[in-house]
Amino acid sequence: MSDEYYREEVSGAAPVTGFYDSSGRRAGFTPWLLSWIFSLDHKRIAILYLVSTLSFFAVGVSLGFLIRLELIAPGATIVDARTYNAFFTLHGVIMIFLFIIPVTTGVFGNFLLPIQIGAKDMAFPRLNLLSWWFYIIGAALVLLSLFTGDGLPDTGWTFYVPYSLKTAADISLTAFALFILGFSSILTGINFVTTVHKLRAPGMRWHRLPLFVWSIYSTAWILVIATPVLGMTLLLVIAERTLGLGIFDPVRGGDPILYQHLFWIYSHPAVYVMILPGMGIVAEIIPVFTRRVIFGYRAIAYSSVMIAVVGSMVWGHHMFVSGFSKTAAFVFSLFTFLVAIPSAIKVFNWISSLYRGSIVLEAPFLLALVFIFQFTVGGLTGLILGTLSVDVHLHDTTFVVGHFHYMKFGGGGFAFFAGLHYWFPKIFGRMYIKRYANIAVAFLFVGFNTLYFPMLVMGYKGMPRRYFDYLPEFQLYHVVSTVGSWILITGLIIMFVNLIYSIRRGEKAGANPWGGATIEWQTTSPPPVLNFVDPPVVDRGPYDYR
Amino acid sequence: MRDTILEDTEAGNGDTTSKFGMWLFLFTELFLFVVLFFVFLSYRASYPEGFHHASIRLNGVIATANTFILLTSSFAVAISIVAIRKGHKRVTIWALIVTIALGVLFLVMKGFEWREKIEHGIYPTAKGLSGLGEGENLFYGLYYLMTGLHALHVIGGIVLLFVMLCFVGNGRVSRGSYGALENSALYWHLVDIIWIYLFSFFYLVS
Repeated sequence: MSDEYYREEVSGAAPVTGFYDSSGRRAGFTPWLLSWIFSLDHKRIAILYLVSTLSFFAVGVSLGFLIRLELIAPGATIVDARTYNAFFTLHGVIMIFLFIIPVTTGVFGNFLLPIQIGAKDMAFPRLNLLSWWFYIIGAALVLLSLFTGDGLPDTGWTFYVPYSLKTAADISLTAFALFILGFSSILTGINFVTTVHKLRAPGMRWHRLPLFVWSIYSTAWILVIATPVLGMTLLLVIAERTLGLGIFDPVRGGDPILYQHLFWIYSHPAVYVMILPGMGIVAEIIPVFTRRVIFGYRAIAYSSVMIAVVGSMVWGHHMFVSGFSKTAAFVFSLFTFLVAIPSAIKVFNWISSLYRGSIVLEAPFLLALVFIFQFTVGGLTGLILGTLSVDVHLHDTTFVVGHFHYMKFGGGGFAFFAGLHYWFPKIFGRMYIKRYANIAVAFLFVGFNTLYFPMLVMGYKGMPRRYFDYLPEFQLYHVVSTVGSWILITGLIIMFVNLIYSIRRGEKAGANPWGGATIEWQTTSPPPVLNFVDPPVVDRGPYDYR
Repeated sequence: MRDTILEDTEAGNGDTTSKFGMWLFLFTELFLFVVLFFVFLSYRASYPEGFHHASIRLNGVIATANTFILLTSSFAVAISIVAIRKGHKRVTIWALIVTIALGVLFLVMKGFEWREKIEHGIYPTAKGLSGLGEGENLFYGLYYLMTGLHALHVIGGIVLLFVMLCFVGNGRVSRGSYGALENSALYWHLVDIIWIYLFSFFYLVS
């Protein structure tokens, strides 16, 4: 197990090898498996997250595919309305809580944060492993809750009361599962913040931190501050369902709107958990593939922190039509517009960094460009939704669905893919087939926009979201959107087949295939167990090319 | 072997690192309760009458006694830190025993208080609860929820301190390394602080 694994590496009996070449594999399957699932090495834990989150991504994509297929024609097409409700609920719960929230922090945060600051591991390696186990336990409970209730969960991922208190599905168990997942997030957040504060290598001053570290650091703070609110809110739902305290029941003096407040106090900051690490990835990729120092390092770094701060005060914009005072609505709308400022600072700085750079068009960079485009569409549609009067018209339409997917999938998801293509040679020591990677990017870009842009249009024309049936006039948009989902899935298949094939069979990549200046490229690919054979030298900023 | 490497990882500042993490964790615990404080205060603003009537019917004597019990236990756990710093193992052990005993006493008293209410038909899911005045049922609902959650934290703290007691006994926590004991004491203080808030909200502000 991990004891032997460490001993072997440290005693020097074996030559310094990549972190995943352990003796366990020779000893048989079970010891090999144990050496992974109980490993304290942050890089192995990152791989655990990679495998588990991508497995759930595959499930979520399949559900999304089925939702789109159902909507290709009005009325019942492949399933009945109840099953459809379960589909979009599970799609939301899986994609949000099991994929996009944990994925970038779990995979790249774990893998790169210690390496980029020159540390040997996280501040609390055991806690790190525990985070992953909480994630797995939470995910298992989510799956279990599908079978324990009378019917599948059908509340939508937001669990709005009063329906979530009345449905026959086992929402208590689903909520408890998300509570456990919340614990995983909290422990991850504590670990990351502590690591950045305490384990930076000599010479790694705050303003020499790579921008990815800044974004992960901001994300970790959001996890620490906001996740307890979600935990408590979910406990309240469980308490209501089992004890019936009446906290959300207007008949007994409670207030259902309070639930919405509590839910969004967490869930709005959580959408920044989904996008901030992605912004960090893009900020890493751009200077490397333009061969110049990033424009406005401090502006990008501080805007991450500013997004984390301001983003915590905008939750009310989800509730403009739920009924609260005009003053409150005005203030929340104002703060929503303010979040656009740090986001725009980032976009302008990324684009300025392209100016007079020596641009090299490789898959990570292409994906970063796609990210900037799609993130901009998502951001601008967000401003449209943040406008009070317009929101009344657009609330609960597919416009919101389109906006959200442009941000979270077109932004966060594509940034994750970009990071996957950028750090793949570092993680696995081999290079994927670049030609196929580029083809996959083309499919992803075309498929994504064909899938989601019609949603913006038909939402504007009045197509409500989450509806099982629709008027014939919307069918054209739905058909285009469904065809888009097929193109997108084709792109995903090409991308993942290429990557999985290349883990074993790709060409050796070498320590620094892209010519990056951040210190993860100073060590070997894949990195050795304690990350660096020689202590890393930090005597300059992260993007100062020599 | 693994342990040496991990200590090496936390090179030179293992204690401050773990304490830094502990403080962050305590903040998350505090936020958990802050949500409930928020809920409590917003309903108190909506139903000042009902909350007043419900509050004066709680047993203030037991609660006051419990406040003193918890404060004393916090004092005892602080003594255990001073003692271990000076290397007085026996004093540390006794201070921890006193802390744990007071924690258990707190729970027993809390149990009596709950039983008294339950005998009067005031408990969640009871039929009589919805017959109470406006806001009173919410008050009692929150009362059980918040004091119950706090009691869970007290139990957690007691388990933690018991483990520390064993560690002091077998020497894993000693004059040389007592970071774990300090962190457990911090947790116990948090439990204490949260109770101070609960005490003021439910018994004093009426």
